[in-house]
Amino acid sequence: MAVLRRTRLRALAMLPLLALMGGCNLVVMNPSGDVAAQQSDLIVVSTLLMLIIIVPVIAATFWFAYRYRASNAQAKYDPDWHHSTGLEVLIWTAPLMIIIALGAVTWISTHLLDPYRPLGRIAPGQPVTPETQTLKVEVVALDWKWMFFYPDYGIATINELAAPVDMPIEFKLTSAAQMTAFYVPALAGMIYTMPGMETTLHAVINEDGVYDGLASHYNGPGFSRMRFKFHGLDQAGFDGWVQKVKAQGEPLTRESYLEVEKPSEGNPPRYFNLVEPGLYQAILGMCVEPGKMCMQEMMAIDAQGGVAENHEANRERLVHDRTGSHEGFGYGSNYGGGGHGGSEAPGATTPASGRESRSEEQPEGMTPDENGPAPAPGENIQDGHAGHGAEGTAPGAPGAPPPAESGSAAPAQLNQQ
Amino acid sequence: MFGNTDLQQLVFGRLTLDAIPLHDPILLVTFVVVALGGGALLAAITYFRLWGYLWTEWFTSVDHKKIGIMYIVLALIMLMRGFADALMMRAQQAMAFGANEGYLPPHHYDQIFTAHGVIMIFFVAMPFVTGLMNFVVPLQIGARDVSFPFLNNFSFWMTAAGAVMVMMSLFVGEFARTGWLAFPPLSGPAYSPGVGVDYYIWALQIAGVGTLLSGINLVVTIVKMRAPGMSMMKMPVFTWTSLCTNVLIVAAFPVLTAVLTLLMLDRYVGTNFFSNDLGGNPMMYVNLIWIWGHPEVYILILPAFGVFSEVVSTFSGKRLFGYASMVYATVVITILSYLVWLHHFFTMGSGASVNSFFGITTMIISIPTGAKIFNWLFTMYRGRVRFEVPMLWTVGFMFTFTIGGMTGVLLAVPPADFVLHNSLFLVAHFHNVIIGGVLFGMFAGTVYWFPKAFGFKLDPFWGKVSFWFWLTGFWFAFAPLYVLGLMGVTRRVQHFEDPSLQIWFVIAAFGAVLVLCGILAFLASIVVAFMKREELKDVTGDPWNGRTLEWATASPPPAYNFAFSPIVHDNDAFSDMKKRGYKRPLEGFRAIHMPKNTGAGVILAALSVICGFAMIWYIWWLAALSFVAIIGYTIAHSFNYDRDFHIPVEDVVAEEDRRTRALMATGA
Repeated sequence: MAVLRRTRLRALAMLPLLALMGGCNLVVMNPSGDVAAQQSDLIVVSTLLMLIIIVPVIAATFWFAYRYRASNAQAKYDPDWHHSTGLEVLIWTAPLMIIIALGAVTWISTHLLDPYRPLGRIAPGQPVTPETQTLKVEVVALDWKWMFFYPDYGIATINELAAPVDMPIEFKLTSAAQMTAFYVPALAGMIYTMPGMETTLHAVINEDGVYDGLASHYNGPGFSRMRFKFHGLDQAGFDGWVQKVKAQGEPLTRESYLEVEKPSEGNPPRYFNLVEPGLYQAILGMCVEPGKMCMQEMMAIDAQGGVAENHEANRERLVHDRTGSHEGFGYGSNYGGGGHGGSEAPGATTPASGRESRSEEQPEGMTPDENGPAPAPGENIQDGHAGHGAEGTAPGAPGAPPPAESGSAAPAQLNQQ
Repeated sequence: MFGNTDLQQLVFGRLTLDAIPLHDPILLVTFVVVALGGGALLAAITYFRLWGYLWTEWFTSVDHKKIGIMYIVLALIMLMRGFADALMMRAQQAMAFGANEGYLPPHHYDQIFTAHGVIMIFFVAMPFVTGLMNFVVPLQIGARDVSFPFLNNFSFWMTAAGAVMVMMSLFVGEFARTGWLAFPPLSGPAYSPGVGVDYYIWALQIAGVGTLLSGINLVVTIVKMRAPGMSMMKMPVFTWTSLCTNVLIVAAFPVLTAVLTLLMLDRYVGTNFFSNDLGGNPMMYVNLIWIWGHPEVYILILPAFGVFSEVVSTFSGKRLFGYASMVYATVVITILSYLVWLHHFFTMGSGASVNSFFGITTMIISIPTGAKIFNWLFTMYRGRVRFEVPMLWTVGFMFTFTIGGMTGVLLAVPPADFVLHNSLFLVAHFHNVIIGGVLFGMFAGTVYWFPKAFGFKLDPFWGKVSFWFWLTGFWFAFAPLYVLGLMGVTRRVQHFEDPSLQIWFVIAAFGAVLVLCGILAFLASIVVAFMKREELKDVTGDPWNGRTLEWATASPPPAYNFAFSPIVHDNDAFSDMKKRGYKRPLEGFRAIHMPKNTGAGVILAALSVICGFAMIWYIWWLAALSFVAIIGYTIAHSFNYDRDFHIPVEDVVAEEDRRTRALMATGA
């Protein structure tokens, strides 16, 4: 893909669309980051390749339909003609050829544009050199806002992301509760964020500007408002932005994070300085809350074959989801209940109001656990995560080399209070 | 100990009066309309004393033709519901910009897009496809019924029971707010503690029983009950695609059942398969559900391909071009459909090699699909194409589906998918293939086989009106979504900030209104045809100069389909018979052994609804009671040996004589 002249190709494909649409902003086809630009080139190349066969097919459909209409007595009628080896070969090989070409393009581009692969270039003709600095950003999808950690600067933000132009960015992404996806259309393709797991995205922004970022995978009532602005800034602008965050920010500790983490929607940007070290790793391990076991530790235990004794004690340490945390969201402002974060809407149809689904009203024959959501009695905790082994998904998503911190030793110290 | 609340909970579980959504004017009005309409319908049935007729002739019938028709009626009814959801979404998205919140808060909007997806796939497309297969396949293979006629009736009622549960959620409680595949952890007990996801699970589990059993039934029917002489490579293409679809159903639906059962265990007994707790893994759900979900789209599209094959060859007056390659293409698609599921989540962080593998397997499916399109094309070539309504749908399909296929292959390129996944481009793509492929196919099939089922054609004028509204409406509704997808707009969004997007949503809403006209025109074509049924009557049983066996019998066919099993010598068996001067036998009839009607299917399905409802609302005593009743009744029914009867020879003779006279009267 890299060798293709992107501007010319794009202009070519855009012609009919442009005629149709005037000035509307097709950010996916006209992005400002090199990764997204290569992805849009790929859309153009693939579409053109397919049009080689699609256009003749559609033309032939209409031509044959017209030519062989019943009222046209001139056209040849041959009711028993139903086989032609030559044509059969053609109709299987023509699509095959296209797919071989497209398959080759796919194989190469998928590897080149693999989000886990560090960038090879900043822009066409501008390769990444050993001297090139990389900006590290750790992304956490919260219900329903984005949190960005800048580990090299000790700052964090909510719903505002900034990066210097032409500097490769390495995103590490996870989520605190729901599965969703991180997407800045102008920058690069989307990648999912999942609790207890980490994905990676490499990207670079090439033009300064303010771009839209969003959650692109539905994750509950606050989904539509889970948006942020991504600022592409020059180096001086970025340094100024970091200073601003440091100056205006509030400290971020585990305790204050737990407050921030609570579901809320439509949040304005918020800045944090003095971020407690290791907080992102703890979020990734789902162990910010005091007393929780980190996923890294759990996986290390599993890797050693699991614990045979005393595993009941671990049960509470591994419970993370909070029942009813979405309650009261999504009813809109003109519905009672006080809107966002308020209590249950009046007459709410969810019978969950005030009653947790796994508390008193359990199926008969089950003993409710006084500590919270109860499993079936006698459930073996070890079985609960057996097989969640080293090749598993957390943290460090499949296909990615496991992050160093999830190595063999159990990093239990992450959660020491 | 037993205060008021405890007693109430014991009796009603978590069902309270609050569950009736009196606070929501939209639902209240819907409820009133449905109640009035339903009440009027029930009153009319009572007034015209139709209950007995409906019960003995339809509800308890094991006749595959009647069951097929009931499936399609169910599909059309649910199409109204699913389409009402679509209109509401289009209206919300066309107005909810900036300060305007629209009229649907997320709580309601999220239920609507979930219900729309669930209903359209499970309760419109599936019953439509199953109904058509049910009606046509036994006729096409020269059989008198399916292999397991009672099972067929039972399958239908289980599907209907699932639909009833979804409809119930509209007025008692709520539906899931999770999207149509109910991904955890959002659908887990912690984040969706209400009844919505339980309605979803139980509706699909109950309907799933029906789907699976009907799949088994049709596979066995096609394998075991073909007319003498009909070898596999002489089967009509629709029967071939039905066979492949039902093999897919049998192989894929148990996966859905299993994954929903695991989710159910998470929700009911506190396991942690898919939660974030105790080593649960939500990604596993995504994998499992798509292992079912991808074959599912081929389950839907293959029968549509079969319909187009029949229609294009009939209306081109020509044998289908490349029958063998059509069959191989179908089989290849069937197998490949299991090797592509990961393309639904390229963006979930798989490595490049995994993504490219699944991307390329996905593209490979376009090769047999492309071959099929070419085969239809060359069937028209040197034909005499009559543009009756089914043929219009077919040409509309070939145009629309080709473009949908192209955008699909585009989405199969992983880096392109990274920017288009979850976007409205994706939404446009799958509507492009499901409406342009499946739905157009089902309409083509309905118009094509309607005279076979009822003895008169659908009104062609309104049929054409319907087609043109659907075609233009489709493009008006979904072309803007392609554009919006390229503008980086994603799906399931209830409110937008950027006002420049609004015009596209308004165009899409306009398209939806055109589609509404298309639906109404389709209904009009049925009503008008009923009024003009004498004029549109089909006496010959072969109104289109058909090529396959279903056209060899009367329209509507007698209960036994064929007085004598036809003998097949060639593909397009009926064409071959006509060419060789086949004479209808006029004597030598014998009594015909047939299955007997039974109410067991209705009763079991009704008990299943009760059991599901009780489970949803935690009414444990009722759940236990109805479950015991289901098992008990099933066992009792298995001791019913009075399952068959013979149609007396006099009846057969009378029926066949009537047809002979009718044919003579028209000089045929």
